[in-house]
Amino acid sequence: MGAVTGIVHLRVDGRQVAVVAGSSVAAAIAHAGATARESVTGQRRTALCGMGVCFECRATVDGRAQQRTCLLPVAEGMEVRTRG
Amino acid sequence: MAERMHRCDVAIVGAGPAGLSAARAAASHGARVLVVDPQAAPGGQVWRQDVRHGAPGPARALRAQLARAGVGLLLQSEVVGHSGSRLFLRSGHEAASIDYGTLVLATGARELLLPFPGWTLPGVTGAGGAQALAKQGWPLRDKRVVVAGSGPLLLAAAATLRRHGARVVGIHEQASRQAVAGFAAGLWRWPGKLLQAARLRAALWDVPYRTGSHVLRALGGHALRAVELSLEGRVVTVDCDHLACGFGLVPNIELAHMLGCALQADGAHAHVRVDQWQCTSVPNVFAAGEACGIGGVDCALVEGEIAGHAATGHGNAAGRLQARRRRARGFAARLRRHFALDPALHALAGPDTIVCRCEDVPMSALAAYAPGREARLMTRCGMGPCQGRICGSALAELGGVARSGFRPPIFPVPLEVLAGFGDAHPAGQSQEL
Repeated sequence: MGAVTGIVHLRVDGRQVAVVAGSSVAAAIAHAGATARESVTGQRRTALCGMGVCFECRATVDGRAQQRTCLLPVAEGMEVRTRG
Repeated sequence: MAERMHRCDVAIVGAGPAGLSAARAAASHGARVLVVDPQAAPGGQVWRQDVRHGAPGPARALRAQLARAGVGLLLQSEVVGHSGSRLFLRSGHEAASIDYGTLVLATGARELLLPFPGWTLPGVTGAGGAQALAKQGWPLRDKRVVVAGSGPLLLAAAATLRRHGARVVGIHEQASRQAVAGFAAGLWRWPGKLLQAARLRAALWDVPYRTGSHVLRALGGHALRAVELSLEGRVVTVDCDHLACGFGLVPNIELAHMLGCALQADGAHAHVRVDQWQCTSVPNVFAAGEACGIGGVDCALVEGEIAGHAATGHGNAAGRLQARRRRARGFAARLRRHFALDPALHALAGPDTIVCRCEDVPMSALAAYAPGREARLMTRCGMGPCQGRICGSALAELGGVARSGFRPPIFPVPLEVLAGFGDAHPAGQSQEL
């Protein structure tokens, strides 16, 4: 896939990021300088517990909404959306 | 879509030290063992895989043994319901079920996160949370991090953050100097722990460790900019990029509760009640490790081993482990006594501070209602996807009222997965705890 060994490329809100293989999508979102979700009153939120309990790191991954990104390892070519 | 059906002699929920240790013991008697865990790799929290540094040695050794013994691993899978001795799971994006003979609950613990002004700002995480995120590859190089809260986990988290390039500007422990000194003075009875503490201190020799100090507010507009702390009776403001703040751990008891296992109150929180063979009040259901009360990795390993033997009908093999178990639990009791939370922490949240982060419910909205069901129905506090795991535990700590009323599915599950469960709907109890 043209990837340097151990590096995975994905897109977060259209922006290309490269992270170490095995990283979580939550970490990739942080690398992109983004936050994960918008709260019900419109605040930006991002990972809090890091272990799949708090649901603050939810984002849309490859078209699936409400994914806990701290539980999800990155994959080459993944599309992550944190807005809309 | 039909569910993917699995069958085993011993099902183990949780692939941390307790679960893996239980799996090894059960497999040693020839049982077919299946371990379920929501993470992408086994290890739980304390043995979590680190993207840069791999998994700890003991974790790698145990995993290799389990592979040789033919223990099955069902990763990225979460139990959401049950019916009789069948568990219903979300496994990846699909429905799955496990029919088991006996069941070991090794569901571990989560962090106790207490609300304070600004705690919802991006850049504020748990202390164990920051450690977990660091190991997941969270960008930390040259980030200024304040570590705060309570317990030895603060040191472990600080060491991990530093290893990932963070500049840890200070560790703020809420327990008093006397309490921490008293804890350290008793460590000689657990030489392994003493060595571990000495190693952590050596790794953090130049990081200020403040006792009797706690967070007051996190400051910032759209992201964290600084943190205000109480330090020896003064208020200090420290500029930082990240605040890693956790106040200890709480047992994950939701699955045990759903299965009808008797729980035991432990201060404001509950743990699973077990006998000396790790047997719960429900026949054929065992529990081990943090779910039975916060005890740490040594407790988890020995209790997992006992549970694994007992769950395969070899309780006699566990007799020799009882002394080790008592010793490990003794350390845990000491830990709890010395790092007891200062009541001042109960007053950190202001009226505008959001308590329920899923539904954005501020503290002031709860004032008019009785805690628990009434507050939930009137404000939606605890009704979001975390199902009160964060705010419910926080409010239990603040008000001394145990969290109640959780019901299946014990994790949110997509409709397509729920539909996959077919005719056998996940059953469970919905009574108040």
